[in-house]
Amino acid sequence: MYIPHTEADREAMLHTIGAEHLEDLFQDVPAAYRFPKLDLPPAITEMEVMMEMQRLANANESVSDLICFLGAGAYNHYIPAAVDAVLRRGEFLTAYTPYQPEISQGTLQAIFEYQSLIAGLTGMEVSNASHYDGATAVTEAVTMAYAHFRGKRTKMVLSPALHPHYRETAETYNHGTDVSIVKPDVDLKAGPDALLPWIDATTALVVVQYPDFFGRIYNYTSLAEAVHAAGALLAIAVNPLALGLLTPPGEFGADIVVGEGQPLGISLSFGGPYLGIFATRKDYVRKMAGRLVGETVDTRGQRAYVLTLTAREQHIRREKATSNICTNQGLMALASAVYMSLLGKNGLRQVAELCYHKAHYAANQIAALPGYSLWTETPFFHEFVIRCPIPVADINEHLLEHGILGGYDLGKDNPELENCMMIAVTEINSKEEIDLLVETLSEVYHD
Amino acid sequence: MKIPADLKYTKNDEWIRVEGNVGTVGITDFAQEQLSDIVYVEIVVEEGDNVSQGDSCATLESVKAAADVYLPVGGKIVAVNEGLAETPETVNSDPFGAAWMVKIELADSAELDGLLDAAGYEAHLATKA
Amino acid sequence: MTESLLCELSVPGRKGVLFPKSDVPKASLPANLTRQRLPLPEVSEVDVVRYFTRLSQLNYCIDKGMYPLGSCTMKYNPKINEETARLSGFANIHPLQPVETIQGCMVLMYELQEMLKEIGGFAGVTLQPAAGAQGELTGVLIIRAYHQSRNDLKRTKILIPDSAHGTNPATSAMSGLEVVQLPSDANGNVDLNELRTHCDDTLAGLMLTNPNTLGLFEENVLEVIRMVHEAGGLVYGDGANMNALLGIVRPGDLGIDVLHYNLHKTFSTPHGGGGPGSGPVGVAAMLVDFMPGPVVDIIEEGDDEIPPLFGFVMPEKSIGRVKSFWGHFGMMVRAYTYIRVHGPEGLRSVSEHAVLNANYLMAQMKKIYHLPYDRTCMHEFVVEGRWDDAPDIHALDIAKRMMDYNLHPPTNYFPLIVHEALMVEPTETESKQTLDAFIEVMEKIADEAHNNPEILKTAPHTTPVGRLDEVKAAKELVLCCGLEFPPRERLLPDKCST
Repeated sequence: MYIPHTEADREAMLHTIGAEHLEDLFQDVPAAYRFPKLDLPPAITEMEVMMEMQRLANANESVSDLICFLGAGAYNHYIPAAVDAVLRRGEFLTAYTPYQPEISQGTLQAIFEYQSLIAGLTGMEVSNASHYDGATAVTEAVTMAYAHFRGKRTKMVLSPALHPHYRETAETYNHGTDVSIVKPDVDLKAGPDALLPWIDATTALVVVQYPDFFGRIYNYTSLAEAVHAAGALLAIAVNPLALGLLTPPGEFGADIVVGEGQPLGISLSFGGPYLGIFATRKDYVRKMAGRLVGETVDTRGQRAYVLTLTAREQHIRREKATSNICTNQGLMALASAVYMSLLGKNGLRQVAELCYHKAHYAANQIAALPGYSLWTETPFFHEFVIRCPIPVADINEHLLEHGILGGYDLGKDNPELENCMMIAVTEINSKEEIDLLVETLSEVYHD
Repeated sequence: MKIPADLKYTKNDEWIRVEGNVGTVGITDFAQEQLSDIVYVEIVVEEGDNVSQGDSCATLESVKAAADVYLPVGGKIVAVNEGLAETPETVNSDPFGAAWMVKIELADSAELDGLLDAAGYEAHLATKA
Repeated sequence: MTESLLCELSVPGRKGVLFPKSDVPKASLPANLTRQRLPLPEVSEVDVVRYFTRLSQLNYCIDKGMYPLGSCTMKYNPKINEETARLSGFANIHPLQPVETIQGCMVLMYELQEMLKEIGGFAGVTLQPAAGAQGELTGVLIIRAYHQSRNDLKRTKILIPDSAHGTNPATSAMSGLEVVQLPSDANGNVDLNELRTHCDDTLAGLMLTNPNTLGLFEENVLEVIRMVHEAGGLVYGDGANMNALLGIVRPGDLGIDVLHYNLHKTFSTPHGGGGPGSGPVGVAAMLVDFMPGPVVDIIEEGDDEIPPLFGFVMPEKSIGRVKSFWGHFGMMVRAYTYIRVHGPEGLRSVSEHAVLNANYLMAQMKKIYHLPYDRTCMHEFVVEGRWDDAPDIHALDIAKRMMDYNLHPPTNYFPLIVHEALMVEPTETESKQTLDAFIEVMEKIADEAHNNPEILKTAPHTTPVGRLDEVKAAKELVLCCGLEFPPRERLLPDKCST
């Protein structure tokens, strides 16, 4: 297994150390608590563990077994085989953080590619080497804005159409500090202009989402102008896959672009590990937390890559660091870099368009059903909200019986959206699957 | 290593040159040597700010370290060295001259009494070695 | 070695993957919101696979050799973990599916919570934190919330020994607590006299790394914890060093109130070149209600025929959520697999051999390198990378020279309390032969340091690249390859900047 020692090895090693038994090495541990008997299931072999894990996995119904129309922040996309083939290379998978650049050029150059691809996709000047996920990327934007204004502006306006997990995470991080996380009490159907009254001279940051939590897309150019006129920063949380088709937020004038990178070639895996995207303008680079790879040369004059601006990080700045972030999502950033390279300029556009067309087809078909209507009235990308004639939970139960994983029940966290279901459609969903969804929805109402 | 005789020093390796009621602040030769190649300077106060002794007025970064520069005295900031952000290497090459960071109008000149003179600073450095 | 970048490999018209044509009528694209330019490369699948494969070969990795990296626990990552995490019934589960369709995931999370509780001696475990640093933040937020819930608002001071991980002070500062550094005594333990002076009614807690970053078990651990508790403070345990403690002692039994685990250190999930990690947090009984959530619990009891139904539950006074969804589930599958193949005796054997390996290396290293704290160590130890009779040589030079012998260097310049520190943690997965080869290299390098120092100063010599110009990197800040795909001309580094 994984401990290679033989009895003879142990004896020889103990002899070198000058100890008689393994137990002798633990004299510093208080005797009363030393060597507790752990009440854990007994060891099993690799073969048995595989069987046990298969049994557990089979107790789930996966999106391969079901037809998935569920999104709300995690999306079912096709992942080309080459992505995992690269990820599984031990040289990437089992490497440490590239603090020793001479023997880590693979990881460093791959992150540099990731930074370049994200910068290009978002229309921003610099990207870091990633955060944990979309939610923590938002909270890092809050921290950065606070640091940018050196604590002189403390109000963070988070759009009510931002993913609730993102807002909740930012609230947890900032509870009890002088940062105030504000959720404007506006009509959920209102566009970004509704946020304007909430932005003033104490506002450090405004955060909106694109597409927003409900799937809608807005041109945020005038919002950016208003935010800048108030002297504040604008952060836009993106679905990066949508940027294959949509105007990049850099063109709106965003100061920070964050987002959940999962749609870019990362498996659903019941919610993680995912990828926190964080990009900004070059002027703000030193206020950005997280790892960053820069290009330089080595002693032999070769182009090479190295972690840079590390003096900002926790291990050097200690209590003065703006963030305690230490790990990044290195392997997930690699997955997305491979995915973006494979799809490239044409493929990413095609996938984004497929999502767009299929979602619009589904929305039109469902809107035509008796009892159903579209709650979403403005342009959307690949996710939309329908108002249903009966509770969403009942509909989803019926859909599940037909092998369909229905949409997100918005009424659960929002009484104003009772009986509203949010449906996500991706390139994976065929016309037949969409038609089956429509047919089953229509059955529910006639039942 | 240079320790000009006409300046006052802090134990944190800042210097101040007082002319009339205005002090000019920077970091010492010893400090720049400890930090090695400075790659970034950010002055974190603005002209007109009222500040206290011990407040941070700048942040310096080298490849391996970061340091805050603290004000040896309190008062009102009357000038900041804007150009330093463009030429951070000046902190290494001319710490007592071109790499001054801020000028401050002293609120209480008695605060100077608590600072070290050149001999005192030299003795202080000797205890660190 | 210079490998061309993707932007340099890109050729207009090349595709890496094809997707089917749309089988639905096309909708009109959104006016004003359709992008004109998409600066991504155009390369084939062959290009992509070869490019990333060539890049990968420039890396050192645990599959290639030993990583004696103190405080990082770079142990071998079992291959079976990668298989189980990729089972379709785990990898292809949407995080928001109805609980009836995900009972396999829920059982796994519930059981992992139970196992980590048992291993650490805690009453509750949350699996949500994404990494060690986030686990730490979670722990400190829990401590703060506990004091606040008791209306004990004066408690804002957190004590951190000078031998602690750098994340500790950064984390505490983020939570708005005042950080006070505690010195170590001559034996590398917390200085009890100094601790006593801080034990008052403003004490929120102490962050204790045990074994500490010198690799030493805190000899007065019970006394330290008792003093903090008597002053009304709580003790946070940094679990980065749990690899020394599995089946050896349970932090909860010692009185530690809250501790984070690093699944990517102790429980063998791969580091992936910097992440993802996973940082579950265990807490004592009075803190269970404050954990971030949701956590997994039984929501409908079962009976002889029907298994219980598991679901998500938010702890009553929860500090809130610390990330999207439920945590790094993929890492949980790997850690669960690892714990199952070890069982209780296997886990104890992990720590026993990790400590055996460290002491074996230390016993030999101290003949050639100065060992500032000469006691039995736990899973790691720290030597000085300098000699009085080789004045030009620094720890950095030794580290760089090790690469020429196909070794990853130890952690260097940490902990800060040792001059020119080299911090060595071999882990239990290295054999005696591997350790003997390591010693042999360290002897050779010590010899070179005295007789041929130049070869250390200019090392490494055999790696894909030599030492890098880090000043140039930090000053010029070339952080992406330039936004033109394909480039108008073959981009040279100085033209790549945006």
